[in-house]
Amino acid sequence: MNEEKSTTQTEHQEAIISLLLQLADDDFIFSFRGSEWLGLAPHIEEDVASASISQDMMGHAAMFYKLAEGLGLDAADELAHGRAAGERRNSILVERVNGEGSYMGTPTYDWAYAVVRNYFYSQAKKVKIDSLKTSAYAPLAEVATKVNMELYYHLLHWKTWFTQLLSSTDEAKEKMNDAIQAVMADFGDVFSYGEDASRIQEAGLIEEEGVLYQRWVEKMEPVLQSVGVSSEQLSVACTQNGRNKEHTTELESAIATLSEVYRSDLTASW
Amino acid sequence: MQGTTATSSLKEEVIKRLEHVKDPEIDTVSIVDLGMVEKIEIAGDDVAVVVLPTFLGCPALPIIQQNIEKAIREIPKVGSVEVTFVQHPPWTSERITEKGRESLKEFGIAPPPRYLEEDGSWHVDCPYCTSTYVTMDNIFGPTACRSILYCKGCKNPFEAMKPVSTIM
Repeated sequence: MNEEKSTTQTEHQEAIISLLLQLADDDFIFSFRGSEWLGLAPHIEEDVASASISQDMMGHAAMFYKLAEGLGLDAADELAHGRAAGERRNSILVERVNGEGSYMGTPTYDWAYAVVRNYFYSQAKKVKIDSLKTSAYAPLAEVATKVNMELYYHLLHWKTWFTQLLSSTDEAKEKMNDAIQAVMADFGDVFSYGEDASRIQEAGLIEEEGVLYQRWVEKMEPVLQSVGVSSEQLSVACTQNGRNKEHTTELESAIATLSEVYRSDLTASW
Repeated sequence: MQGTTATSSLKEEVIKRLEHVKDPEIDTVSIVDLGMVEKIEIAGDDVAVVVLPTFLGCPALPIIQQNIEKAIREIPKVGSVEVTFVQHPPWTSERITEKGRESLKEFGIAPPPRYLEEDGSWHVDCPYCTSTYVTMDNIFGPTACRSILYCKGCKNPFEAMKPVSTIM
C-alpha cells in the first residue's frame, strides 16, 4: 500500500500539484470574496454565518496549499499570497467582484448573486470532494473526508437561502434569475481541469470532468424544478479557462488587496 | 524491562499534563476530553503527540500546539517535544468524552447530539435548565465548531457543539 502511494506521488507529481492548486486557489479566492461581505450581509445572523463559512473555506484552502508545500512548492502562505494572477488556477467564477463599489467606499453588492454563486459553487465542490474521497493520492483523500463534514453545513445554508428567495417576491425572483444567468456565464471552467486534465485522469486523482458535471446537474435539477426555474439554464460553455491561468482584471485587484499586508513585510512572523 | 516501565510512566505523565491543556475558546474542557489527542509516542525521553483539528480553519490550533509543547516541557528530564496535526482519522464530535460533555455544559455549551435525524437535522437540550423547548437561531456561531440556540424555557441564549460526522 505504501509503495503504491509513493509510486503515485513520484510519477504523477505535476498532476497532483496542478489539481491541488486548482482546489486551493478556488477556495482561497472565494473565501476572500466572502470576507468582503463582512458587516454587509442582510442581517447580523447572516453575517456570522457567511463569515464562518468563509473561515472554513480559508481552512480548506490552507490544507490544499500545505499538501502542495509538502510536495516541494513554496510555503503555503507564499502560495496563497505571493502568486500573481497569471500563476493562479482558480475558476473565473470565484474571482468575480461581489458587485459595484468596494467595502472601503460605498459597496452595492448583490446578495442574490452571492446566494446563487455560493450555492452553485458549494454543490460543485461537494461533487468534487465526494470524488476525491477515493483519490489515488491518499493525503488528498484524507483531507477530502474532513472537508466534507464542514461542507455539509455550507451546502445546507446556501440551499436554504436559494429556495427561500426563489419562493419569495417577484422582485426577489427577478434578481435571483438574473444572478443564475450571471453565475452560469462563468461556470464553464468550474469542472474543467484545463490542459492538465489527461494527466490528472491518468493519475486517478479524481473522476472525469464530464462525469462530475453531469452529477452536479442531477443534484441541481430537482431543486431548480421545485422553485420553477428551468434546468436548461445549467448548460455551460467554456470561453475563458482559469485552470489554464487565464483570468480577468478582477482577480488582479483581489490579489493586490488580499496580499497587501503580507507583501508589506515578507520576513514578518505572524 | 525497566525501559518499558519508564516509557509507560512518562506517557502517563504526558496524559496527566494534557488533561490541563484547554481549548482557548472553551476553557473548561481539555483537549483530551474533546477527543483531539490521537496518539502519544515515547522514544526514550522524547515525546511526540499527534493531534486532530476539530475544524480545519480553527484559528486556535497554533495556540493549542504551543500550549501542548509548554505543558510537556514542564515534565522534568523530558527530551524533545513534537506536536503534529493530522487529518486522518478525521475528528468527529463522537470523540468527546463523557467528562468532556459535562464540562461543555458548565461553560454554557450543549454537547453535540448523539444522533442525527434522517434529514440531517438534530436536537439538543438547554445546558442551563435542561429544557427541551429550544429553537435554533443560527447553525453558525462565534467559532467554527459552535451553533447559537435559544431556550424558551429559561429564556437564555446558549450555544451547542455542532455535530460533525463522517456520515454527513
